[in-house]
Formats: sequence, C-alpha cells, structure tokens
Amino acid sequence: MKSLAELQAIKDKMKDKVVLREGSAQKRVVVGMATCGIAAGARPVLNAFVEGVSKEGLSGEVAVTQTGCIGICQYEPVVEVFEAGKEKVTYVKMTAEKAQRVITDHLKGGKVVTEYTIAAYAK
Amino acid sequence: MKELSLNILDIAENSVKAKAPLTQILLTETEDLLTIEIIDNGCGMTGDVVKRVTDPFYTTRTTRKVGLGIPFFKMEAEQTGGTFEIESKAEAEYPEDHGTIIKATFHKDHIDFIPLGDVVSTVTTLIQGHPDSDFLFRHAFPTGTASLDTREIRNELGGGVSLAEYEVIKWIEEYLKEQYQSI
Repeated sequence: MKSLAELQAIKDKMKDKVVLREGSAQKRVVVGMATCGIAAGARPVLNAFVEGVSKEGLSGEVAVTQTGCIGICQYEPVVEVFEAGKEKVTYVKMTAEKAQRVITDHLKGGKVVTEYTIAAYAK
Repeated sequence: MKELSLNILDIAENSVKAKAPLTQILLTETEDLLTIEIIDNGCGMTGDVVKRVTDPFYTTRTTRKVGLGIPFFKMEAEQTGGTFEIESKAEAEYPEDHGTIIKATFHKDHIDFIPLGDVVSTVTTLIQGHPDSDFLFRHAFPTGTASLDTREIRNELGGGVSLAEYEVIKWIEEYLKEQYQSI
C-alpha cells in the first residue's frame, strides 16, 4: 500500500533537479482547458504532454501549463507552443497521439509538425 | 461532456479562477444515487450573479458571450431525474465566510445518466494545472472511500518541490488508483 511517507523519497530525488531547472524552461506548452477544450478532449492531450515531456527527459527545458479559453473553440483541443525568440506555434484538433509526435518532432527535434498547425486546418 | 468527471474538472476550474485556496470535490455513491459536491472558499458571487450562472448566455469568459459549463452540469443531473443546487457567498458581503457550493445528484439507473468516467485523471489534471491551490478529494462508496488531500502532500514535500512535478502527479495517480482497487 502506498503511503505519504514515500513522498519523502520523491522530495530527496527532486532536490538536485529543482536547482538545475530554476527558470531554465525555454519552451512552454500551453493547453486550453476551458469548457470548450475539456469537452473536445483536452484532458488526455494535457496528460500526454505531461507524461511524454518527462519520459523524453525534457522536463528541464519544457514547461507544460494550462490556460482558459483561447477563443478558437471550433479548433479545440488547442495547444500553443511558445519558445523564446520564435513565433508561437498553434496546434489544433489535438489528440494524445498527435501530442506524442509534437513532443518527438517539435519539442525534441526542433521541427514544427506543420500538418497539425492551425494554418494547415484553416486552409 | 462524455464523462461527468470532465464536468467536475470544468466546474473546479471556476473555483480556482475564483482564487479559492481550497477546493473540495466530494462524491458520494449509494446503490442508485451519485452525489457530486464542489465546495470552494473562493471569492464567491453575489445573489444576482448566482441567479444568472445557470443561464447559458451568462459567462465570465472574455473571448465569447456564452458560458456552458454550469448549464451543462445542471442539465446532465436533471435529465436523470436528479437535482442541481448552487449557493454562493460573495467575499464583499461575507469577508470571513465566502465561497461557492455546487451540489448535484444523479440517478445512476436512468438511461440518460452519463458515466462518471476517469475521475482520478480529473484530480491529477487539476493539481498539475494549479500546483499552488489545494484540493480535497473524497469518493465514498457504501463499501469504502478513496481520498486525497493536497495539503498533506504539500506538508510531506516541503516548499521546494512543486506538486506539478511529473513524479508527484504520477504518485498521486497511483495512490488514488490503489485506494479504488481496495474498495
């Protein structure tokens, strides 16, 4: 049975990591989590980013956060990727599978997944 | 919404937005009834606003003129023959004792009952998105209860580790799932 005492081990493990990542997140993944996003399936998308970023060892450079309604509800789930010195990338109609590809190709590989962006859908 | 747990996520987001230090999500199941209560100590609403929140054409959002979160939840409870209540005390009128209480009951055997779905995922999503807010979650069945209090977790972790860290979120998920298995 899990107990709260196990958190102590997580705390010890995180100690070194936390110092390392103070203000070091260069990329920010923002998932829209208002009524429109949630109804369209944003929760599994968010979870895929949280898990995938950690598993790919990107926790130090990528922060995954949530926001309210972005204003383009018909394209939900919407995910925005912000990177210092670069233009914002808006991914639309996201799924957990597409999130995986964004993590490997874009966040890790530095290559925007053009076919998932709003520009590709709005044509 | 495909799952009631998504409505819970949506409604609890309002509590966080109302700057509630603590949001309680209390689920109680009997043989035929599911009761969902979402109780926060946020800024609350005045009587006038409370009257309007179940109206789809009232919203706090600035990007659009409709707000469907609360009207959806109310409809989903009432379509099972259940009930929906909302009470709120605005901080301006009740500086010591403010916040909002939403309570909905659902008849589980009704054909229009939407399944609760993955409520653990709702809890972890809320914590990941709002690591500085506190959440008390309790899901009671006649045979046992699953519960989680982020204040206890925060206490164990001390100030240095964010509750949004993947390791912490993963631990919370497993901690809750394990409790469900033993009910």
